Amino acid sequence: MRRAALAALLSHWRARPLQLAMLVVGLALATALWSGVQAINAEARASYAEAAATLGQDRLARLVPADAAHIDEADFVALRRAGWRVAPVLEGRMRLGGERVTVMGIDPLTAPPQAGLAALTEGDGLAGFTTPPGRGFAAPETAAELAAADLEIAPARGIAPGIVIVDIGIAQTLLDAPGRLSHLQVHPDQPAARADLAAVAPHLEQRPPDDAGELARLTDSFHLNLTAFGFLSFAVGLFIVHSAVGLAFEQRRPVFRTLRALGLPGRSLMVLLVAELAALALLAGALGVALGYGVAAVLMPGVAATLGGLYGAEVAGSVVLRPEWWLSGLAIALGGTLAAAARDLWRTARLPVLAAARPRAWALISERRLALQLGAAVVLALVAVVLARVGGGLIAGFTMLGALLLAAALALPVLLYAVLRAAQALARGPVAQWFWADTRQQLPGLSLALMALLLALAANIGVGTMVSSFRLTFTGWLDQRLAAELYVTARSDAEAEAIRDWLAPRTEAVLPIWYVEGELAGRPGRVYSVADHGTYRDHWPLIDAGDAPWERVAAGEGVLVNEQLARAAGLWSGDGRLDLPGGPELPVVGVYSDYGNPQPQAMLGLDSFTRHYPDAPQRQHGVRAPPGAVPDLAAGLRDRFDLPAPNVTDQAEAKRISLAVFERTFTVTRALNVLTLGVAGVALLASLVTLSGMRLAQLAPVWAAGLGRARLARLELWRALALAGFTALAALPVGLVLAWVLLAVINVEAFGWRLPMHVFPADWVRLGALALVTGALAAAAPALRLARIAPAQLVKVFAHER
Amino acid sequence: MLLEIDRVEKSYATGDGMLPVLRGVSLGLEAGRSLALTGESGSGKSTLLHLAAGLDAPDAGAIRVHGRDIAGLGDTARAALRRDTIGLVFQQFNLIPSLDAGANLAFQARLAGRHDAALVRDLAGRLGLADFLRRYPEQLSGGQQQRVAIGRALAARPALVLADEPTGNLDEATGDAVLDLMLALVAEQGAGLLLVTHSPRLAARCDARAVLRAGRVA
Repeated sequence: MRRAALAALLSHWRARPLQLAMLVVGLALATALWSGVQAINAEARASYAEAAATLGQDRLARLVPADAAHIDEADFVALRRAGWRVAPVLEGRMRLGGERVTVMGIDPLTAPPQAGLAALTEGDGLAGFTTPPGRGFAAPETAAELAAADLEIAPARGIAPGIVIVDIGIAQTLLDAPGRLSHLQVHPDQPAARADLAAVAPHLEQRPPDDAGELARLTDSFHLNLTAFGFLSFAVGLFIVHSAVGLAFEQRRPVFRTLRALGLPGRSLMVLLVAELAALALLAGALGVALGYGVAAVLMPGVAATLGGLYGAEVAGSVVLRPEWWLSGLAIALGGTLAAAARDLWRTARLPVLAAARPRAWALISERRLALQLGAAVVLALVAVVLARVGGGLIAGFTMLGALLLAAALALPVLLYAVLRAAQALARGPVAQWFWADTRQQLPGLSLALMALLLALAANIGVGTMVSSFRLTFTGWLDQRLAAELYVTARSDAEAEAIRDWLAPRTEAVLPIWYVEGELAGRPGRVYSVADHGTYRDHWPLIDAGDAPWERVAAGEGVLVNEQLARAAGLWSGDGRLDLPGGPELPVVGVYSDYGNPQPQAMLGLDSFTRHYPDAPQRQHGVRAPPGAVPDLAAGLRDRFDLPAPNVTDQAEAKRISLAVFERTFTVTRALNVLTLGVAGVALLASLVTLSGMRLAQLAPVWAAGLGRARLARLELWRALALAGFTALAALPVGLVLAWVLLAVINVEAFGWRLPMHVFPADWVRLGALALVTGALAAAAPALRLARIAPAQLVKVFAHER
Repeated sequence: MLLEIDRVEKSYATGDGMLPVLRGVSLGLEAGRSLALTGESGSGKSTLLHLAAGLDAPDAGAIRVHGRDIAGLGDTARAALRRDTIGLVFQQFNLIPSLDAGANLAFQARLAGRHDAALVRDLAGRLGLADFLRRYPEQLSGGQQQRVAIGRALAARPALVLADEPTGNLDEATGDAVLDLMLALVAEQGAGLLLVTHSPRLAARCDARAVLRAGRVA
């Protein structure tokens, strides 16, 4: 019985292959964007986990300096003598063979077995590893990239990309950090009789194993952003599914009724319908996951570059097919389909056997429904307003965004209904009146697709405004911030001193850019030195400042902090005080913008800096010189000191690098936006194609009354253009509010900086045109079909016999 | 001659090959006269009416309206013919669901550029629709919808009214009333009426009668 019933149900799709194709394509696209984003996130997180697991950091406790930038080797010796089984590690970023890498120096003799070094140094590997010039180990892809490095790098498994492991002595030479250590790894088995840590090294503290990894925490906001946009794309896709399933259920109501009348139990009917939906979801889900793999593979290099540029995170630029996201992709497709079909399944379960089918009613307007929809939109808008006023945190920000977008989507059909009604009232000719009235009648059938288009357009306007505002602010800020004409990085402190001496008589000023790493308000950050020079006073914009901030910083009476730190720790001029790592607590005298940097940062007067951090590397400098003299200076520096090209950078190059990092940051978001607009276009096409099959009964009388097929087809095209145009107009304010939320709430929470909002009307015009093209493309096929339809097809509407 | 149907043939493709529906039908209708077309189901009555309206084209033969052969006309010209010369009344009413009864009533007259508000008001009154003009088709009964369809066809003062079972969905009393009204209005306007019906009783009320049997005039 069930087999026969299933055959009857499936025959619906055999007769309507286009409707079936639209349903599968909609769901596949939605799943593709969602699973693509998940694949990117999973790949990046796998890289973080691998980085966290390097040298067993995820399993071993560590001794770190309580408030200083590094540990002295003497501490290590003292602890070993006091019975502590610890192993030294020195970690630092440097350029090796033209690539920026993280060098990790370890001592193979004292390293705990959990560090997993045995495979690296076994056999004759140990001598080659520890004896100068030494040998490094890196992930195969990193080793291949470093083929041109002076150091021999051997490929090894189990090391995260971008990390080179060398002997501690070699690392101290490479990083020019003699006698220094970053932290000490603690063996899990410690002798009971060892001395108390506070007695041997009171300035060190023990930290538990870091199983999540610093990078995973740092990049959480980035991945949350991606997930949110992936979810938006998925939601837009679900609009298609909801629309297609809703129509299919309504069309098949007579079949349901007949099957029930012929003796199929209601429960069996539901089982068959759920099984049918599940099969469709799994088919489309599998297609979607495969497509998502393609999306992820295309976007991954951009994401890897962004994560590297923003967070220094090394992420593999390729995607591996992982079973977990195959499964999660199929699960989200299945869950999404059942959620989109829930209302129709519920209605079918409660369908009286004798209920009449009303496929046309599916497309008829109900003012009561519109009123309910408007009510829901108002409630959601209020939720967004409440969250904007009292909510805090990124989750609240995204919830607000979700409520806002959903409210706008729900309000759209109501708004369009009112606009079309007004247009009908203003129309004069019979064709114009019919056009607007008929367009209004199409609204319920098209509203889901138009809501999807609204969401896609609003997301495009919002994200576009955010990115363009950011770019405008960022380039202006870069022009001010990169005031020095030339930037020079020496390979050692001694070389830096020689460079300073060489530059002094040839330039207007040599400004030290020295820094130490350490914890600022509980998060890893940097303290920079700032010289007492007019360059800073004249060029560095402060977004918050007390009296004479630069003078107070120069006198060592206060610090400047970046906006991220100020917002995260509530440190503003006036009453904010910052506890410097290994240094004093100083009042905050000003706050500066620091776009593109997710980490906290502080600036200390040069004298105070060298006093508190005498061991800080002193290698990087900004050089003030007449612009015309810069090329000769750069060439002279390279010749005189044999400096590699990346170590001498002029202002234009520094800006180019910064802007490239910036552009990459939003590549993925922009790509997702374009894809979302594509999904919305498919939604519109799906709805128009589906409706065109039901439209004949409405169009035939008008045709019979004397409007030719070609004219009717043109009017169908105009109808789609009008609806897409109105939707684009409605999307504009929604997009601008979205941009405001992104700039004033999400960015502040995610990255710690707030940007002024700028508007770009030319972008709106371009997007409006894109919306019209989307509408025209979606309507083209149904309109063409109508223009070419055989009169016999239209006559069938009237013919009840021949 | 208002309408002249001359040896018209028409077939439809089916799964088993071509199915001939009309096999050389010839008929004529003068202005101011009414002709009832009767016959069994499947005899080709509706097909003939659709061909006469220019909704479809014959395979062979000629259909002339006011002496002009419409069989060879293009889509636009046939649309113009329907708009300007013909009033159609369908069994299923086929009103425009997005327009209210008033707008439906005036629709074809406005399309033809012959809208006469006084005539529409008069028709609405005589058809008993004056109180329902703001209602949409779905809010009207079958009888009311059919009266709107008749009003729509006549408001444009067409030369030829083609009605396909106009009372087929109505009870006998309402059907009689609707037909009375239609015959009276057609007579007043001097139009020709081709009425497709199953009912010998209704057919008897027309000036002439033709019976179709297996695609031929019996």
